[in-house]
Amino acid sequence: MVPLSWYLIFAAALFSIGLYGVLSRRNAVAILLGIELMLNAVNINLAAFWRYGNVMHMAGQVFAVIVFAVAAAEVAVGLALVISVYRRRNTVVADEIDMMKW
Amino acid sequence: MSFWNDPLKVAADWLLGIFTGWGMPEIAAQILIGFIGVLLLITILMVLDIFLVWVERKVVSRFQDRIGPNRVGPFGLIQPFADIIKLIIKEDITPAGADKVVYNLAPMLSMMSVLILWAVVPLAPVILGVDLNIGALYIVAAGAIGTLSIIMAGWSSNNKFALIGAFRQVAVMVSFEIPMLATLLIPTIFAGSMGMGAIIEKQDIWFVWLAPLGAVIFLIAAIAELGRAPFDMAEGESELVSGYNIEYSGMKFGMFYAGELLHAFTFGGFWAILFFGGYRFFGLEHVSPFLAIAVIVFKAFLGYWVIMWIKYTLMRIRIDHMLGFNWKFLTPLAFALLMVTALMNALLAGTPTWIYVSIMFLSNVVLGWVALEIARSYSRKEREKAQGSKAVAIVEAAHH
Amino acid sequence: MTGEQIAFLVVALFTLASGFMVVTTGNLVHAALWLVSTLFGVAVAYALLNAAFLAVVQVVVYIGAIAILFIFAVMLTRKDLLDQGPQVNRNWWVGALLSVLTFVGLYSLLQGWDGMSKTAADIPSGFDAISELGNELVSPMGYVLPFEVASVLLVAALVGAVYVASDRK
Repeated sequence: MVPLSWYLIFAAALFSIGLYGVLSRRNAVAILLGIELMLNAVNINLAAFWRYGNVMHMAGQVFAVIVFAVAAAEVAVGLALVISVYRRRNTVVADEIDMMKW
Repeated sequence: MSFWNDPLKVAADWLLGIFTGWGMPEIAAQILIGFIGVLLLITILMVLDIFLVWVERKVVSRFQDRIGPNRVGPFGLIQPFADIIKLIIKEDITPAGADKVVYNLAPMLSMMSVLILWAVVPLAPVILGVDLNIGALYIVAAGAIGTLSIIMAGWSSNNKFALIGAFRQVAVMVSFEIPMLATLLIPTIFAGSMGMGAIIEKQDIWFVWLAPLGAVIFLIAAIAELGRAPFDMAEGESELVSGYNIEYSGMKFGMFYAGELLHAFTFGGFWAILFFGGYRFFGLEHVSPFLAIAVIVFKAFLGYWVIMWIKYTLMRIRIDHMLGFNWKFLTPLAFALLMVTALMNALLAGTPTWIYVSIMFLSNVVLGWVALEIARSYSRKEREKAQGSKAVAIVEAAHH
Repeated sequence: MTGEQIAFLVVALFTLASGFMVVTTGNLVHAALWLVSTLFGVAVAYALLNAAFLAVVQVVVYIGAIAILFIFAVMLTRKDLLDQGPQVNRNWWVGALLSVLTFVGLYSLLQGWDGMSKTAADIPSGFDAISELGNELVSPMGYVLPFEVASVLLVAALVGAVYVASDRK
């Protein structure tokens, strides 16, 4: 019998690891990798609450499916932007894309 | 409940009795029995894979009007064993600069993605790995792992041709998953469930009579997923020096090659399950599970023969034509077929069987004919454009 | 320790270790491959939660499409085949501190909730989660509107991504 707390702590840990990836990596694609980890952590939370709440109530799974769709859309557009930036600036290091900084 | 009626349960109970007699806790004994079952299935599949090498070489030789291997053993039956021994004793070369872990992992993942497909194949009414109620989606998921293994192989070889071959192959595989998903939904609509067992149970009339166009589209998408001709971008010897498996030699190449053959046989099996009734043959499957296994293996071999027939008859398609064919023709056609099937299935819900079957069949034929007419008019316009400019060029050259 | 608990612990440790390797390894292609193993671990977690449809869709969508897109993007945005320079920026310790604080904050927030040690009720027999999910996604009393909006979002993302990434001069 796995208590609910274990799933929530697991999701929180995965979220924090993703947060570290977003905040401290230089490469733009690596930042997007961190965002993916965070989205997966959220999905685990939703699925756990579906299972440990009222199983007949499908809101948790529907929400998780919509998050799949949103994550796919975000990755597609994000990576398209990164590739387009690479074509113009020849770099994907986030620190070096600074033409609009003061 | 004798061994001939329900072999798996009888064997499992007998083994459970032995293991608990030795003092093992019951749950550990059940896990061990599960492992033994999996090991047995994989062993049978790999031995079948060896046999498939012989079948492939004999069939290709007959298509090419020659005899094929006939020196090693009667009818060349020992030839695959000779091949395996040769592959095993070959030197295991790893290219310089290759990423060792990924390089060695790729053939294993490729073989794994084929073997896990057999968990959902129902061999008989009582012999089934796991009765997943999402079996159809599971097929696509296993294909996704195969896609990953190809790109790992292409990148880790540290070779530009391998990388280009892998990119093209992965683009084709990912693109053709979409018509495959759409046509996998057609037996789902008819059977009311995605589980393989349920799909076979509902096939009193084979689904190929209800959706022949769906069967054709599934076959085309499956051949593209397998990476076999005419979609074998990765193995274009004349273009890419055999693509993602350039740098693989010895048994690692053997894993890719044998994995591809087993994958083709597996998809022949899925074509049979989804559209040709699986292990059903006018009630023969209830006589004994072993007859059901024989029926499904026979049908899988027929499907595999059709796939081989297509491979050794058609020429390779260029990569941009391949992707254009998928996105501009096959995907819209698959979605249109899905909508027509769902609509017809709902409209004809209460009608007697023969009306249902004939109208579904006719709707498929009409849809296929309409799609071919659209494709024909499009290609006619393209040809007129090309020939029109050529005629103008000839006229201008005649003037000078 | 029941079998289910051991299974969950193994899966959780595998997933967290893979996630940690994603954000710390210097080789970006390896990071993408560690992401694949993380996503696979999450799929197994869904299977442990009896959400079989989510598990299979996770493999098809995340591993079969998103992870492959990441590998393509990593390979297409580099000048040569290896990574150069440090992979973490100057203030990486701030990121580490913030992520540890976030985890500790979430953990202490959860401790104050009394539903934490709830164990899962059994699933009623004959309950087919996937047909229920299908019904909910298309019923007007259910979630058909978010479903349709999600499909519009995907079309917009498709068109946008193709346009942004296309090589127009």
